[in-house]
Amino acid sequence: MSSPTKPLIVVEDLSKTFVLHNADSAVIPVFSKLRMEVSAGECLVLSGDSGVGKSTLMRSIYGNYSPTTGSVRVLHDGEYVDITQASPHTILDIRRRTLGYVSQFLRVIPRISTLRLVMEPLLENGVNPAEAEARAAKMLSALRLPEAHWRLPPATFSGGEQQRVNIARSFIRQYPVLLLDEPTASLDAENRAIVVDLIQEALDGGAAMIGIFHDLDVRDAVATRLFPVAEFKAAA
Amino acid sequence: MNAISKVEAAPLLKVDGLSKWYGHIPGCMDVSFEMRPGEVLGIVGESGSGKTTLLNCLSGRLPPSAGRIEFDTRRFGLRDIYTLSEPDRRRMQREDWGFVHQNPRDGLRMRVSGGANVAEPLMNMGQRHYGAMRQATLDWLSRVELDTTRIDDKPRNFSGGMQQRIQVARNLIHGPKLVFMDEPTGGLDVSVQARLLDLLRELVRDLDLAVIIVTHDMAVARLMADRLLVMRRGQVVETGLTDQVLDDPQHAYTQLLVSSVLQI
Amino acid sequence: MISTSTPRSNETERYYNYAYLDEQTKRMIRRAILKALAIPGYQVPFGSREMPVPYGWGTGGIQLTAAIIGPDDVYKCIDQGADDTTNAVSIRQFFAKVADVATTEDTAEATIIQTRHRIPEQTLKAGQVLVFQVPQPEPLRGLEARETETRAMHAYEEYGLQYVSLYENVSAYGRIAATAGYPVMVEERYLMSPSPIPKFDNPKMDDNEAILLFGAGREKRIYAVPPHTQVRSLDFEDYPFEVQTWEESCALCGADDAYLDEVVLDDVGTKMFVCSDSHHCGQRRAEGHVGPMAGHQLAQGEAEAAL
Repeated sequence: MSSPTKPLIVVEDLSKTFVLHNADSAVIPVFSKLRMEVSAGECLVLSGDSGVGKSTLMRSIYGNYSPTTGSVRVLHDGEYVDITQASPHTILDIRRRTLGYVSQFLRVIPRISTLRLVMEPLLENGVNPAEAEARAAKMLSALRLPEAHWRLPPATFSGGEQQRVNIARSFIRQYPVLLLDEPTASLDAENRAIVVDLIQEALDGGAAMIGIFHDLDVRDAVATRLFPVAEFKAAA
Repeated sequence: MNAISKVEAAPLLKVDGLSKWYGHIPGCMDVSFEMRPGEVLGIVGESGSGKTTLLNCLSGRLPPSAGRIEFDTRRFGLRDIYTLSEPDRRRMQREDWGFVHQNPRDGLRMRVSGGANVAEPLMNMGQRHYGAMRQATLDWLSRVELDTTRIDDKPRNFSGGMQQRIQVARNLIHGPKLVFMDEPTGGLDVSVQARLLDLLRELVRDLDLAVIIVTHDMAVARLMADRLLVMRRGQVVETGLTDQVLDDPQHAYTQLLVSSVLQI
Repeated sequence: MISTSTPRSNETERYYNYAYLDEQTKRMIRRAILKALAIPGYQVPFGSREMPVPYGWGTGGIQLTAAIIGPDDVYKCIDQGADDTTNAVSIRQFFAKVADVATTEDTAEATIIQTRHRIPEQTLKAGQVLVFQVPQPEPLRGLEARETETRAMHAYEEYGLQYVSLYENVSAYGRIAATAGYPVMVEERYLMSPSPIPKFDNPKMDDNEAILLFGAGREKRIYAVPPHTQVRSLDFEDYPFEVQTWEESCALCGADDAYLDEVVLDDVGTKMFVCSDSHHCGQRRAEGHVGPMAGHQLAQGEAEAAL
């Protein structure tokens, strides 16, 4: 694994401006010259009102949005890779092995069973099916998803159940870097506590995290640092 | 490990400056890209944008007016496919490639049974043992979730979705390195479409297949493709990771295309 | 028993050129034949002419015969193995009339044998020419409708498709049930349709001493198997090629190694099996061979017809 002194994520001079060509070329600046570093064991929580650009920042770090300027360097296989410049192949590989993203919505192909969905990230990384199934079952049990649900596709599950499937999919892979976009939004207190434990466990294991949490209890439980995005608000 | 080899691997397909003119009318202009083994590339754009012209050029069915298409062939290594002699190119197409048509009638022999359709690529590659081919066919029919007792039924007795499954099996049984798909779920009901897409994705991952899929359906593109080429009037106007292109489109046309998708 | 009674010279009232076709056409066909002999199994296109019979009645075979026949030839014509069917009799009379040749029913005596759907039982010898009437020269046509594509397949030896039909056969019947027009490989290079002869006759083509010429009038193709050419019937490793066999022997001559026709005798389904090669059967009977129904009226009728 990486040396503890090196940050796992280094963001420098990051700016993002949307240009909407089909709305009179409207220009919407979000943030500019943004910098941050996140090291192993840290959980950086983005703070600020809605609309300040927390999700945009998160997505820019994941390579989902293309930032206008700046760099997002991720420590991947011991070397920094700028995700804003990397080839699609490299980005996919980083996402497969280094950088995970837990959104508040479960976006999967319909019809696949829950157990299979949770196994999938392991299979993608070459874990053999028997081991993958065992680990997936353990993860789902830990998240207290009723075993009767495992063979069903999650489409008909409640919001909280879907979210736990999502969390299971992301945490099972033990990413070095995890981006958490309100992963506890629709969970009850008991389940929130379980997720907090999972996060804590991953942090203790040396993961670095960047998160968005509206739930202040969860935020306070996991945050090692707050990062006010508004400080880098771009002038409109 | 598998994942590492994907990044390190030499390109499977290298396209450089590909153009096709129909007289004065451009079919596709100056297209360049590379593909690695195991990668799924989506070509999106509306009707008439040059998707099909590009696909036909790439799949060796339409010689381009300019540019090179290099493919890492099993027999000859990395070669410009249009510099191969015709028999060599046909052989390479048979052995290294598959092509799934939108309409199963274009991709199947309607007069012979579904089983024989699936087994034909094996015979084309020189397999002469009936029992072995029969077993391989049965295996593939169950892999594409078809009732194996219907192995000897003619394609016309299957539904559209089932015909498409037969076509998929026929194009995968011989272990191709690259499969072209032209709107593979285009003619199907939505429910059938989802099942087929799911199956295709699973097969692509299990077989570590490279796929070039042409579609005008953004939902299909999002589910299937790692990377997208957005085409408009014969040109590639935007390219990148699928979620990048669909969630943060840069080009005016892509923004229009993405914002036009119906949400449910 | 060369028959010379009917032929009469058409010198005096010559209405057509010798052997019906004009000399230019015959030369054109001969060139096609030479090319076909040079590339065994390859289908040579030729300018098929309108003949005085409809397409499908053997126009390809008639043109081949017309191109190679000379006054010294002895001509035999069979249809499904029989010398005495309407078609065979008509074509035989046609050449007797326009080519001044002697005709025969004796396989050994003939120099040119024109045939539809059979190869005679008696082994052919060097110097003989067997002319086949071919309805569809392209063995791949049933599976691939495009001529451009089938030509490319022959050019590049892409013959996997032919096995699809055999595969279908095994799937449907548990064996390769195709009985007529069974595809063969010639010298391991060209895939060839042997015309609709029974597969019983296929092995006779391999290493044959005679010249085998195939003519398809409507489809305008000529192909050939020169003497001593390797001809192999396609098959699967686990379903090898087999010829038809019969439990019965010929009801008239007792032959148990010949191709038999089933003949239904009455409305209650009584039937008999007789040699399809009428000359072969007659010859065996003349030599004293007897089958279980020897002396049956069918044999009587044949004997009378032969008189």
